Amino acid sequence: MIRVRNLTKTFKSFTAVKGISFDVEQGEIFAFLGPNGAGKTTTIKMLTTMLNPSSGAIELDGIDTVRHQMAARKKFGIVFQDPSLDDQQTAYENMELHGILYGMPRKLRIERIEELLTLFELWDRRKDFVKQFSGGMKRRLEIARGLLHMPKIFFLDEPTLGLDPQSRSQLWTHVKYLNEAENTTIFLTTHYMDEAERVAHRIAIIDHGELIAQGTAAELKAQTETDSLEGAFLALTGTSLREESANSNEQMREVAQMLGSSR
Amino acid sequence: MNAIYILWLREVKRYVRSRVQIIFSLAQPTFYLLAFGFGFGPVFEKAGEGSYLQFLAPGVVGMTVLLSSMFSGIAVLWDRQFGFLKETLVAPVPRIYIMIGRTLGGATIGMVQGALILLVCMIAGFRPQHWISLVSAFGFVAMIAIPFAALGVTLGSMIKDMEGLNLASNFLVMPMFFLSGALYPLSHLSTVLSMITHIDPLSYGVDGLRGTLVGVWHFSYSLDSFLLCSLAAIFLTTGAYFFSRIEI
Repeated sequence: MIRVRNLTKTFKSFTAVKGISFDVEQGEIFAFLGPNGAGKTTTIKMLTTMLNPSSGAIELDGIDTVRHQMAARKKFGIVFQDPSLDDQQTAYENMELHGILYGMPRKLRIERIEELLTLFELWDRRKDFVKQFSGGMKRRLEIARGLLHMPKIFFLDEPTLGLDPQSRSQLWTHVKYLNEAENTTIFLTTHYMDEAERVAHRIAIIDHGELIAQGTAAELKAQTETDSLEGAFLALTGTSLREESANSNEQMREVAQMLGSSR
Repeated sequence: MNAIYILWLREVKRYVRSRVQIIFSLAQPTFYLLAFGFGFGPVFEKAGEGSYLQFLAPGVVGMTVLLSSMFSGIAVLWDRQFGFLKETLVAPVPRIYIMIGRTLGGATIGMVQGALILLVCMIAGFRPQHWISLVSAFGFVAMIAIPFAALGVTLGSMIKDMEGLNLASNFLVMPMFFLSGALYPLSHLSTVLSMITHIDPLSYGVDGLRGTLVGVWHFSYSLDSFLLCSLAAIFLTTGAYFFSRIEI
């Protein structure tokens, strides 16, 4: 469903992603892990057509994301690391706008919005402005919105960041349900190893722009002779701290500044 | 097409819902109208030029449309800051549609603001030459709103920080307003000032408004509308180009 070959991204003299290759099968939940600044977000941005790769190829459901950008965009839904809702519109308006942007026929759109808002327990609040929502509700709405156009692939970039344990647990229950009920392929990143271990069928670990391990949680533990995924992760990536800025925009800006670029 | 419509609708809804924005963005032009209109009025009349309010009102309408339309640039930046821009940029919709939807939304807001300030002018005592002239004046309101909304979106896609965008907008808006003939007639100016007023695009917008509303032309209907439409084409094209290059 996702096919990545020799994917590379270079910003001036800094190579963020160094020729990585991997495959994600249909219906799989694939966790993409790595320390801060390892290249996770850059990879997700390339997979979701937000950044053009410097070289290499990406196929989503057989479609080349660089040559057929519009067709590729219809294949996936995404929950970004940072919020991306319009908080001056209601929950329903956010959903409706998404459905129209993705060209959904009216009848299907209306049915699917009701179905998803009900599933994510937001139907009663559909007429409320998003700015009145709690962090957990906003996340649920983003997930519902990302799934509206029935994407075959669903990207979740650190979806549980800043959520309380209840919301996190509920979020993964929903994600697992959708994966099973609609056979949606899921590509996620997270810093919580217990979550990755709980939901992911397969895990890949990226560090310094290179894929350093791939496999099931059990395989990774066996490979590193550790008894938890966290242990395996630390064995593979080391224990030294990584520097990263508050969010990805900030990070990009700093990289740009560091390299003396004006953009 | 639906994508353009829904993005236009979103801008308009946001405008209608923010009463504070509506009131305060009308406060400044109203202030100009009253302070200059009644302040310079007696001098203007003594110089034998007739009613200053009649002269000034079209200029103030032009300025309001310009300011409100340029606001579409702030809206782009706002969406970038709050993340919503990403949602539209990964949608399977050509960037140019998104840019057009936003521009038309911003232009619509500019046009509504223009109509509202014209109402304020009429309450203050302004009288158009004929009621029908309001219709043709509205054509010029649109011809000012569209290019400057497109310019706003262009700036909003090029400049990433709020302070920078505010500086750039003020740097453009203030001279354009003061040199446009909104406040004084363009005839009898020194050669240098006259040349500058001729390259100020707002001069043609204000001239069109004044011509249609009170029947006083410095240029002509065809020159004004031709230049403003060309400007709209240029800014829409450059805006689409810069908007399509946004990376997040």
